[in-house]
Amino acid sequence: MLQLGHDQLLGAYRRMSTIRAFEERLHEEIKTGEIGGFTHLYCGQEAVAVGICDQLTVEDKIVSTHRGHGHCIAKGCDVRGMMLEIYGRAEGLCKGRAGSMHIADLDVGMLGANGIVGGGAPQAVGAALAAKMDGKGRVGIAFSGDGACNQGTTFEAMNMAVVTKAPAIFVFENNHYSEHTGVEYAVGTSLDIASRAEAFGMKVWRANGCDFFDTYEQFRDLLEYVRAGHGPAAIELDTERFYGHFEGDPQRYRGPGELDRIRDERDCLKAFRKTVTEAGLLAEAEMDAIDAEVHALIDAVVAEARAAADPDPATVADDVYAEYY
Amino acid sequence: MAVMNIREAILRTLHAEMERDPDILVLGEDVVGGNGTAGGPEAIGGIWGTTSGLWEKFGPNRVIDTPISESAIIGAAAGAALAGKRPVAELMFADFVGVSLDQLWNQMAKFRYMFGGKTKCPAVVRMVYGAGMQTAAQHSQSVYALLTAMPGLKVVLPTTPADAKGLLTEALRGDDPVMFFEHKALYGVKGEVPDGDYRVPFGQARMVREGGDVTVVACGRMVNFSEKAADKLAADGIGVDLIDLRTTSPMDEDAILDSVEQTGRLVVVDESPPRCSLAADISALVATRAFTSLKAPPEMVTGPHAPIPFSRGLERAWLPSPVTIESAVRRTLAFR
Repeated sequence: MLQLGHDQLLGAYRRMSTIRAFEERLHEEIKTGEIGGFTHLYCGQEAVAVGICDQLTVEDKIVSTHRGHGHCIAKGCDVRGMMLEIYGRAEGLCKGRAGSMHIADLDVGMLGANGIVGGGAPQAVGAALAAKMDGKGRVGIAFSGDGACNQGTTFEAMNMAVVTKAPAIFVFENNHYSEHTGVEYAVGTSLDIASRAEAFGMKVWRANGCDFFDTYEQFRDLLEYVRAGHGPAAIELDTERFYGHFEGDPQRYRGPGELDRIRDERDCLKAFRKTVTEAGLLAEAEMDAIDAEVHALIDAVVAEARAAADPDPATVADDVYAEYY
Repeated sequence: MAVMNIREAILRTLHAEMERDPDILVLGEDVVGGNGTAGGPEAIGGIWGTTSGLWEKFGPNRVIDTPISESAIIGAAAGAALAGKRPVAELMFADFVGVSLDQLWNQMAKFRYMFGGKTKCPAVVRMVYGAGMQTAAQHSQSVYALLTAMPGLKVVLPTTPADAKGLLTEALRGDDPVMFFEHKALYGVKGEVPDGDYRVPFGQARMVREGGDVTVVACGRMVNFSEKAADKLAADGIGVDLIDLRTTSPMDEDAILDSVEQTGRLVVVDESPPRCSLAADISALVATRAFTSLKAPPEMVTGPHAPIPFSRGLERAWLPSPVTIESAVRRTLAFR
């Protein structure tokens, strides 16, 4: 099995646990009516964001999706700033202009969640072309779901990355649902999504996105390949979405017992705990302690977000431009 | 001062700025041309001749031939700009804004604001626009009004070689996304261009001539048409204040209002259909901000509410012309 140090494992667990707690708390807080707009939760897919972002530096750029909280946390966005942002507060990471769907933090290489499905893939190619200019082995990564894999922008981006030999990485998180429609309907091929990337001329990898270690290992090979200058690559991760497309989605499309089954059998956090304890790498108590710290952090940032000040309405037209004339 | 045409001014500015700033890259369809052919790279050098020699000098990492994928071109420019570079993306025809609109409108234009003012997106999108060469409904449009309506974008339309240099330089030194419109019928227009570092700030209209009787506001090729009309009118003793907007976002409202306060009469010339046009926008600006100065209703000289046709006579009928501009000026003067 993959050999990661004790601190790396604990760090990975902390980030996955943070995403889980952040999202589960949002699931509850949204019911209070204090959070406006659309929120799309990442629960169930934590191993993907963390298994990938744990191998990146701040100089590597990612673009994310409307289901982006996990990518933000994994890439290093400030959890307090994110929660305040989702509450629309002045001290939110994006001063209350972004909300859940558009969180970005350029300082950590997070170029933005995106409200447009498939909007980000070309931007990752641009970030990759920028990295190619610098010649330091950095990469640009597009997180896309199985929904975005059907957008023309994604096709254009994959082809352009191949043509320009850009160090771009297409991460396809297949959670089996594009909004409320099944992947078996919406992806009109008997083949998987990775095969599409392959058809564009890319080397591809596949991994179990509910298994942190499989995700980490497959992506490690991929990353080594792209950093070495071989051009773009893609990875498809088979994963699960524990909640609906958006908060409030009644999920009438789910099969009987489906949600219980995926939580029982496909929970990446449970799987991580099982793997590391059986291998004697981490103790349950260490992870319990992390969970307690994470929950205390989320309690604190929610309390702060609820009490925080809204942006001054007078700032409504600030920051449209860098330079005003 | 050297005399050159607009095409040369743009090409020389790109060469000079890329030499100055290693973060600038150029990408688009056939900006190199010939890749993957027997003729080899640089067999074309851009179909408009505005990018020739760049690939040879700056190499394939900075001068990138793309597939015909406008969304990916603009999206890649947006991403490269977020990643700290200064991309210059080329749309071979401004009409292709329609293909790439999401990346312009929902992405590039909004990053800075959505992300709380903590980022910049210094991308320049050069696009070739305009009617008059029988390029028909999908290769002739002037979509500047559409993009002017989008907060976050700046919109620039040079009409002289000097402005082409000064405005492109300004675009490449600034930190906002700039839509740079190049009229296909103006590439050959010659004029003097200042040597060395030359920048024209955005939002400062050019007073082409001062006549005092009527204010004519125009941009792009309509400035040239308006000059011809103004020459005819001058022969009859009618003096035109001709304002070349240079940039429609930001727009030099003061130049328009100051002139109308003197003349009391406004003609706006706009190479686009009338609804939600620049002509309508400027007429509304004057009606709301200079109402008491007006001696006559604003005149809008635009195309009809119709696509741009192919046939030569039909295309002429679609376009504003020196004759229709002259008539509009005479109408506004005749109003009592």
